[in-house]
Amino acid sequence: MQIGRRPMLGFGLALLAGALLVALAAPLIAPFDPIFQDGTMRLQPPSLAHLFGTDNFGRDVLSRVIWGARIDLQIAVLGVVFPFLIGTAIGTLAGFFGGWVDAVLMRIIDVILAFPFLVLMLSIIAILGPGLKSFFIAMALVGWVSYARLIRAQILVLKTQDFAVAAESLGFSRMRIMFRHLLPNALAGSLVFVMSDAVLVLLGGAAISYIGLGVQPPVAEWGVMVAEGQAFVTTAWWITVFPGLAIVLLAFGFSLVGDALGDLLGVRE
Amino acid sequence: MHRYRFVLLRPLQFLPVLFGISIITFVLVRLIPGDPARILLGARATPSALARIRAQYGLDEPIWTQYFYFLKNLSAGEMGRSTVFKIDVLPLIASRIEPTLALVLTSVLLSLLIAVPFAAISARRQGRAADQAIRIVSTVGIGLPPFWLGLVLILVFSVTLGWLPVSGYGETLPEKLSHLVLPGLTVALSLSAVLTRSLRAGMIAGLASDVATAARARGMPEGVVFWRHVVPNALVPTVNLLAVNIGWLIGGTVVVESVFALPGMGQLLVRGIFSRDYMVVQGVAMTFAVATVLVNFLADIITVALDPRVKL
Repeated sequence: MQIGRRPMLGFGLALLAGALLVALAAPLIAPFDPIFQDGTMRLQPPSLAHLFGTDNFGRDVLSRVIWGARIDLQIAVLGVVFPFLIGTAIGTLAGFFGGWVDAVLMRIIDVILAFPFLVLMLSIIAILGPGLKSFFIAMALVGWVSYARLIRAQILVLKTQDFAVAAESLGFSRMRIMFRHLLPNALAGSLVFVMSDAVLVLLGGAAISYIGLGVQPPVAEWGVMVAEGQAFVTTAWWITVFPGLAIVLLAFGFSLVGDALGDLLGVRE
Repeated sequence: MHRYRFVLLRPLQFLPVLFGISIITFVLVRLIPGDPARILLGARATPSALARIRAQYGLDEPIWTQYFYFLKNLSAGEMGRSTVFKIDVLPLIASRIEPTLALVLTSVLLSLLIAVPFAAISARRQGRAADQAIRIVSTVGIGLPPFWLGLVLILVFSVTLGWLPVSGYGETLPEKLSHLVLPGLTVALSLSAVLTRSLRAGMIAGLASDVATAARARGMPEGVVFWRHVVPNALVPTVNLLAVNIGWLIGGTVVVESVFALPGMGQLLVRGIFSRDYMVVQGVAMTFAVATVLVNFLADIITVALDPRVKL
């Protein structure tokens, strides 16, 4: 198949599949309980018993990285899915109906885009209170704008094309034209964007958790683990380095798949 | 001068956006559950102070009147008072602008120093091993979490090699510069990945352009063609790319300031959130949003100045 001639796509898919597998099989493959504190095993360097070493509470870093895959994959996927659905719906409506609906929605998008993404996210989470749920709510409130813009631009072009005009002259309902004819054609560009957005959302979610406003300890999440390791970075580098590498690998997977999809679908960002 | 007419007209288009920014920041703070006056003044406010703030912000009146009061106070430079620092928010933010601005400029400068040579190698050896390697490295670079990268750089350059300070900002200019290198590099390594990709595409297009062909036909050596004709043209869209990414760049500085304990606006924002200093959060968010709008405006002016063909 195509993948054979695209080694980077294959590698990217392998990274994503690997992360998914690790997340699903966490209880089976993690050698230790990710939150069990063993007072006799504090700050142990990597060894055969603890491949990634242990942290300042004597918890096994490898097991925490494995369990962390569940949370961080969830951040990247759900943090993209909600904005994607909301943005697609709003972008389709704005592009199709035009007029004042479009004008108002576009101004709202301009205003939201004026705020730096992380600043607005942090401000919303400041009100909702820390936690993963607040993160997803803030994501849904902020993240949809890019998708709405992309889809709207596509719809504006598509709705003047012959197939759309033909569908209209056949007397198809507006809903049918919008969602059965225009939207499927408009989605290609945003599917590529989904992948690069997943990287940004993953880094954003991990950063918010690192700051202390996302996932709360003792839950094993990679950003939280980096924050917990920070105080020991000079003496026990492994607490910080391994969860960070996990983020880098997962982000790399999304980027590679996104690039390959862009080439395949002929979409440039 | 006709081309610069937008400099006068564009600020009019800003008005709705600035209006929107003020609404969002107003709504953000009003959504916090509880008595607004107590939120503004903190839990241990005296009854007389509470009464004064209720009058100043019209807190007993309908919400749209409150918004009017909010705008009126804002236009007088009155952004409320920090409950933690016990001073007005405006001077507090003003005192934090320098480290953040210095960090952003350092990051942009370092990322150009990294991206231009890499993009040049990549574009001139298109499709070969060096190009492939640079493409992979920049793909990895986009996914580097700044909070982690910062710690790794501290581990390597401060702890192991002892070349640079671990954190803080310093008093004198040399001190400040040495404190800015690692935070700047942290942001720059991710930013340069984005820039390299765009510069590479621009340089490849430039190498195939008529300008380059004409220069070669005049007998100009390939190196001169590249650095004199291709690179400057490829740099023009970078201005816009930086402006588009300014929000992302500011987000990066917020995180990096936390890692390196740089006393900038990002650190102020994070501290404000933890200490429920809502006026500070509101003020910083508003300042960052207005700065984003201004940077985009500035980028348009620079693009028009650099490229005579561009009309806005």
